[in-house]
Amino acid sequence: MPGVTRLSVRDIRKSFGAHEVLSGISLEAQDGDVISVLGASGSGKSTFLRCINLLEIADAGEIWVDGEQIRMIHGSGRSRPASQKQVDHIRSELGMVFQSFNLWSHMTILQNIIEGPVHVLKRPRAEAVSEAEALLEKVGIADKRHVYPAHLSGGQQQRAAIARALAMKPKVMLFDEPTSALDPELVGEVLRVMRALAEEGMTMLVVTHEMSFARNVSNRVVFMREGLVECTGTPDEMFGDGASPAFRQFIGHFAN
Amino acid sequence: MDFAFLSETTMTLLAAVPTTLALFSLSVAIGGLLALLIVWMRVGGNPVLSAFAKGYIFVFRGSPLLIQMFLVFYGLAQFKVIRDGPLWPLLREPFVCAVLSLALCTAGYSAEIFRGGIRSVSPREIEAARSIGMSGFLLVRRIIAPIAFRYALPSYSTEVVLMMKSTSLASLVTVWEVTGVAQRLISHSYRTMEVFLCAAIIYLILNFIVLQAMALLERSLSKHLRAPPVKP
Repeated sequence: MPGVTRLSVRDIRKSFGAHEVLSGISLEAQDGDVISVLGASGSGKSTFLRCINLLEIADAGEIWVDGEQIRMIHGSGRSRPASQKQVDHIRSELGMVFQSFNLWSHMTILQNIIEGPVHVLKRPRAEAVSEAEALLEKVGIADKRHVYPAHLSGGQQQRAAIARALAMKPKVMLFDEPTSALDPELVGEVLRVMRALAEEGMTMLVVTHEMSFARNVSNRVVFMREGLVECTGTPDEMFGDGASPAFRQFIGHFAN
Repeated sequence: MDFAFLSETTMTLLAAVPTTLALFSLSVAIGGLLALLIVWMRVGGNPVLSAFAKGYIFVFRGSPLLIQMFLVFYGLAQFKVIRDGPLWPLLREPFVCAVLSLALCTAGYSAEIFRGGIRSVSPREIEAARSIGMSGFLLVRRIIAPIAFRYALPSYSTEVVLMMKSTSLASLVTVWEVTGVAQRLISHSYRTMEVFLCAAIIYLILNFIVLQAMALLERSLSKHLRAPPVKP
């Protein structure tokens, strides 16, 4: 459904002690948007992503997922969500892919993927298994379903982690530097899966250093600097002449 | 070698093995459940409960099990409230007192062992579970507990073996388990060496079985840590 706002973040602020990491970030994602979030390390882009599904709790700001606002209590002292139940529900609608995969080591790949559908969504096991097998087929590791994570390459683990997130049928997928922990020769297989997802119309927010992905796959690029959105636009605008000097300098580091 | 005496001794001691096993299995089971409660209090985030759990662990790890057992067996009877209370028919039994003190003691040690296991669980795996919408008891049951138990298992095996040996202290509060029966035999026969050797061998065999069982459990929970199966 194009035109539906899947994710809306308004004026998010976050400090760690005296250090302000996010100084008021807003962002909106319509259905099917693929937004690449770029920025130097320390610019707050990972923290921003983690605030969206409340792995970090923002000090101020609003988060809306598929039209539902996450209720927060910003009283004296630390902010906290008003209802853990709502947090769990919102998180089940946001698929998260981590830099270091974070698969559950004591479960096989198939068990990793059906865990959420069976125990969080309470879906029948047989259904979850057949869907998981289809997902494994899609990410190209169907033959690894009874293997434990430690026995897979990084690229295979990350593809399994993407399948695990997709099994929850999320409204939005969040990617936190999904290829940064991979050996260079394994980056391509993960990016291919992500590109296929984008082409299917999945709404995606991708924190990345992969300039080719930002440029060729996403329809919007957000450049973060010192806790703020420095500039944003379509890839053509951003990688053309219109971008800010700071962004041109940033992508200059990737040119050589 | 007096084989007739040895075999007679062994048979008498074997008759006491069920009592030793009952002490062992009841105290390990009750102590294990109690340990779960204490470790939940310890790491649950409530400062009052956590302080209580810390105190419990300190007291039961820091004082001799034998004195704990004496306190339960001889000490409790001093209080009129307990003598008149509904639990007195149970608490006057030496066997119950022995199980109670063994369980209370192993709960302290096991709670610390389980806490170590919980600390070893990767925060990343917990975060992944949160990110799909798990929290509270579901998160503990599906992710934290299985991983933590696997990490805790080697130390917990040691604790279980120690418990088998600790049941011998129950002889000092008049429970007729293997050690108690051995001492009675010695008081009649004065043949310390043969009788205690027989008793030691019985404990060794029991612990051998326990260790095999624990090793089997460890093996079945370690599939993900072993080398991948070699393709034909």
